[in-house]
Amino acid sequence: MSYIKSTFRHPSAKVNAIGFSKRDYEGALSTLCAGCGHDSISAAIIQSYFEMNIEPHKIAKISGIGCSSKTPTYFLGKAHGFNSVHGRMPSVSTGANMANRNLQYIGVSGDGDTASIGMGQFAHVVRRNLNMIYLVMNNGCYGLTKGQDSATADIGSAGKKGVENQFAAIDLCQLALQLGAGYVARSFSGDKKQLIPLIKGAIEHQGFAFIDVISPCVTFNNVPTSTKGYEYVRDHLDATGTIDFVPERQELKIIHPEGTSKEVKLHDGSKLVLKKNKHHYDLASKREAMNVIESVREEKKILTGLIYLHEDPKDTHTKINSVDTPLNALSQKDLCPGSEALNAINAVFR
Amino acid sequence: MTQKIAAINDFVVLFANINGSGSASANNLFAKAVFRLGVPVSAKNIFPSNIQGLPTWFEVRINEKGYLGRREGYDFIVATNGQTLVKDYNELESGGYFFYDSSRRLPDHLQRNDISEIGIPLTTICNENYSDPRLRQIFKNIIYVGALAYLFDMEFSVFEESIQSQFAKKAKLIAPNIEALKLGYDYAQEHYQDACELKIKRCDLNKDKIMIEGNTATGLGAVYAGVTVAGWYPITPSTSVIEAFEKYCRQLRVDEKTGKNKFAIVQAEDELAAIGIVIGAAWNGARSFTATSGPGVSLMSEFLGLAYFAEIPVFLADIQRSGPSTGMPTRTQQSDVLSAAYASHGDTKHVLLFPATPKECFDMTVKGMDLVERLQTPVIMLSDLDLGMNTHLCEKIQWDENYVYDRGKVLDYNDLEAKKERWGRYLDVDDDGIPYRTIPGTHPEKGAFFTRGSSHDEYAVYTEDGQVYAQGMQRLLKKWETAKTLVPPAEFSSDTENNTLGIIYYGTSTYAGREADDLLQKQGIHLDEMRIKAFPFGAEVAEFMHNHETIFIIEQNRDAQMKTLLVNEFQLDPKNLIPVLNIDGMPITAQYIADEIQKHFKTKQTLKAVL
Repeated sequence: MSYIKSTFRHPSAKVNAIGFSKRDYEGALSTLCAGCGHDSISAAIIQSYFEMNIEPHKIAKISGIGCSSKTPTYFLGKAHGFNSVHGRMPSVSTGANMANRNLQYIGVSGDGDTASIGMGQFAHVVRRNLNMIYLVMNNGCYGLTKGQDSATADIGSAGKKGVENQFAAIDLCQLALQLGAGYVARSFSGDKKQLIPLIKGAIEHQGFAFIDVISPCVTFNNVPTSTKGYEYVRDHLDATGTIDFVPERQELKIIHPEGTSKEVKLHDGSKLVLKKNKHHYDLASKREAMNVIESVREEKKILTGLIYLHEDPKDTHTKINSVDTPLNALSQKDLCPGSEALNAINAVFR
Repeated sequence: MTQKIAAINDFVVLFANINGSGSASANNLFAKAVFRLGVPVSAKNIFPSNIQGLPTWFEVRINEKGYLGRREGYDFIVATNGQTLVKDYNELESGGYFFYDSSRRLPDHLQRNDISEIGIPLTTICNENYSDPRLRQIFKNIIYVGALAYLFDMEFSVFEESIQSQFAKKAKLIAPNIEALKLGYDYAQEHYQDACELKIKRCDLNKDKIMIEGNTATGLGAVYAGVTVAGWYPITPSTSVIEAFEKYCRQLRVDEKTGKNKFAIVQAEDELAAIGIVIGAAWNGARSFTATSGPGVSLMSEFLGLAYFAEIPVFLADIQRSGPSTGMPTRTQQSDVLSAAYASHGDTKHVLLFPATPKECFDMTVKGMDLVERLQTPVIMLSDLDLGMNTHLCEKIQWDENYVYDRGKVLDYNDLEAKKERWGRYLDVDDDGIPYRTIPGTHPEKGAFFTRGSSHDEYAVYTEDGQVYAQGMQRLLKKWETAKTLVPPAEFSSDTENNTLGIIYYGTSTYAGREADDLLQKQGIHLDEMRIKAFPFGAEVAEFMHNHETIFIIEQNRDAQMKTLLVNEFQLDPKNLIPVLNIDGMPITAQYIADEIQKHFKTKQTLKAVL
């Protein structure tokens, strides 16, 4: 394991449209196990924000507790981060978002952090349609406490200790769908090609965007008997279709033969291009999405890709009708009603 | 027959009602009329954890001397609840007045010859005058208020004015309400002339005063303090804080041009999320707050520890109720002192504020928001059900136009730009234990850091270096010392005479504590008074503790929690601190305190005699 991160910058390193190099999107050196799926996801996050030309300091990264929740240290070093308490990333994100609607919010959580201790908070942040990305690094086990099963472990799956899990698995994508998430995707940490466009789509999505990323735990849950190990996941992937993200104003470079791809336009004119395959269905239909997840599961496969997309323009701020100016930018003059108004209130209590 | 109680502007009326029958507004109408006659009054609603059907009582103490604490003993009872009739009848003071609905005869076994019975056929009058069953119920309450107006010799015009202002927006309700008042007034005049010797006489003691609930003042204070984000979860008796915040925000904080709100109120899924929302918003530079009660503080504890350790400004109003667990959820207590002071695992301590009046609820919320941002730590304001949910007579609330919020040590873009040396989120550059913070999104290159509840160095970087961790914890203690100089100091009685005996009270124990001191003075027991307004305790508290041999501490909890806090903070000998405690869920009374303190001296004398 390396312990020093080089600060060297190649003078000819490519910069993005707003003049930042990829280095500007990186963070501290990871302290996770070598080969951890989470590090690949961090890399995909870095790549996505870099290519999306978003100023790093205009992003806030928030997490709970666990291996996954450590990762925000390892990307976007120029952005403020908040490693909160176990399972409570959604409420901290909600408060942060209420205070400043102009930042971009990425919440990182794990399967223990979301599907067990933070289940309640997860459910309610989805209901609120908070404008954020909620990314779960899902390895089916508790890494930091050495490999106990989590609530997303499949029945019959066995980790390093070799004990088969007896309890029903929670499918976070299905939950998110049921609770009203507008953007639901699943991916695999080993499939950057799929993950990056999904993160980009999530960045562009207005409202709550959920991505469940299967991310094998190389230390405790990467054995052939585990349904969340590299081997099993690679052998059982079943995508909704190859996906590509095309930003606004950029011409479509990848040309699919007519009728073989489907475009989904996002609010600003960007497009998600999805190559049609056997799972061709209406992405805006919750019922069909549920159906596809279930039928793929029956085939003992894991459905990945963009599963559902339906932009609901009413995010939390719209629902509560808050002003366009970030609340944290309002001054005392904007907020304090003054003594005259107070005298009138006193009169009511006379 | 015993002599009737005769009093002018000094007696207690109890209304015995059925929850959900509309009695509360009628009873308030009565209390407000006393207030408008310039006579100090306090009203306490003793209600069940129920929406409809269970018994509820409303106590009104009228006291020209301005004693506003609860007083034991009822001089006049308005009994409208059959379920509690016998109990109410038996509880009346000897010489008192029992006012009842004489549409039905009182049960034969109710026989007291030491009281006066005043029977007014409320139901019959209603049935004769109203056909709508709902109106019959509502006006029954108004009719008894009308009868009281006559019996207590109150100016009828005061009631008319109250009705007119109460229904200013529903003008068609004015006439029927006044009509109902008259029905009661006239009946009493016709049948009970000179029956009652309790009188309310106009005076002028309520100038510049208002009658308001503590929770209303707290919510209003949050608006004035510039709070923009509230995360909350409903729990009695704190809910009305957020309701008031929302009401005044809708009145005063809606952008005129766009119709959009300059506030965000999020009803959370539980108290954990409520405080999480407050923390997220505060971290992101908005003033934010929440209100809860004891069970909520328990749930928020983990997050409070994070806010303490990661140094995030969090303001929390804890409206205490009887614990432990669900306890008596609609009864008052001061039993969260320790759980709030030391909330969360590990070494933590939190700044506490103890308001005693609604005006202080307002002022301490405003001050509290400054304190959290100055100190970058949680501040918990400990109100209680009595203060929060009852209307209290207090000075009117004022706002100084020259007052500027203290937003604390926050580096903006220019500060960061000008910085030559490396900035550290947890660097104590001013030697007051308080570091500088930055708000997300401020500067493209400088000021970003990672907030965490895990151990961190002065630059917010994760560390497991024990020395570095220990230094950080010690710095938090230095900040604690700074806090002592910033919190509201304790208050002392003006007639402090350097007695060897002292009495301490705080929050709503103040009312009874002060009155008890006056009662004891008449008995020749002289006490120096101290009212604690905040924790950590300042030097003035230390001085008082060390200058008095024996100190009585008045509290409304079982375990003398403030005493524990004082003993713990000052390493005092607990033997010299004598707690006077009440935990029955009713506000503590002066007579009880005076009796307990006298008992203490008697026991001491007896002991001396025996030895």
